[in-house]
Amino acid sequence: MGSLSFLYFGTVIVLTAVLVVALRKPMYSVIALLVMFFHIAGLFVTLHAEFLAAVQLIVYAGAILVLYLFVVMLLNVKEDDSYQRQFRLGMGLGLLALAEVVYIVSAAGLPEEPVRERATAAVSAGNTETVGRALYTTYLFPFEVASLILLVAMIGAIFMAKKGMMGPETPKAVQAVESK
Amino acid sequence: MTPLSSYMILSAIVFVTGVVGVLIRRNIIMILLSIELMLNATNINFVAFSYYLDNVAGQVFVFFALTVAAAEVAVGLAIIIALYRGKATIAAEELNLMKW
Repeated sequence: MGSLSFLYFGTVIVLTAVLVVALRKPMYSVIALLVMFFHIAGLFVTLHAEFLAAVQLIVYAGAILVLYLFVVMLLNVKEDDSYQRQFRLGMGLGLLALAEVVYIVSAAGLPEEPVRERATAAVSAGNTETVGRALYTTYLFPFEVASLILLVAMIGAIFMAKKGMMGPETPKAVQAVESK
Repeated sequence: MTPLSSYMILSAIVFVTGVVGVLIRRNIIMILLSIELMLNATNINFVAFSYYLDNVAGQVFVFFALTVAAAEVAVGLAIIIALYRGKATIAAEELNLMKW
C-alpha cells in the first residue's frame, strides 16, 4: 500500500516536472506545475506531514501559482520556438549530476525503515501541534526572521512594480504599442 | 515500506529537471518556474528525512523554504514586470546589459 502510493505520486511528479520544462507554452507549463504541487502534497500526506500538505496546497497552488498565471497572462508571453543553444550541454550536465546523485544515494546506506514507529507522542499530539510547538519554541528567532523576509519582499515587489520607479517614464512596451 | 533512498532519487530527478530547465529555456518566467521545481525537490527531501529520522525539524525547515519561495516569487515577478516595461521583452538572451 505504502509503496503503491509512492509509485503513483512519484511517477506523476516526475512526469509533470519534465512537462514543466519541456512544454513550449508557459501557460501549459504552469498548469503542469499545478498538478505537480497537488501530487507533492499527496506525498507529504503519506509521509505524515499533514500540516505541510495543507500549506503546500494553500501557499504554492493557491498563491504562488496564481501569481505566475497572472504574470503569464498579463505579459501575453509568446511560446518559445526553440530551446537555448546550449541544449545538449545542459542535458548532458543534468544526466551527469543525476547519475552522481544516484550513485551516492545507493552507496550511502540510508535507513530502509523509519527509525521509530510513529505511535509515539509526536503522532498522538497531532502533526500540526508538533510543528507549531517546534516553530514557536526552538525556532522562534528564525520564525521572526522569516516574517521580516516577507516584509522586505512585499516592499520590494511594490517598489519595483510601481510605475516610474524603474526605467523611463513612458515604458518601451507602451512606446512600441503607440508607434504601431 | 518505501526505502528512504527512493525518495532521495525522486527528489534528485525533480531537482535535475529544474537545473536543466534553467539552462535550456529562453523565457525568464520559465526559468523562475524551474527554480520552483528545485525548491520543491528539496522540500520532498526534507519531509522524507523528517519522517524517517522521526525529527520535526525537517518539516519546520520546509516551512521556511516556503516563506522564502513566496518572497522570491513576489520579487522575481516584480522584476520581470519592470523588465518588460523597460525592454518590451523577457527573453533571457536579449537581457545582456550587464554581460561581460
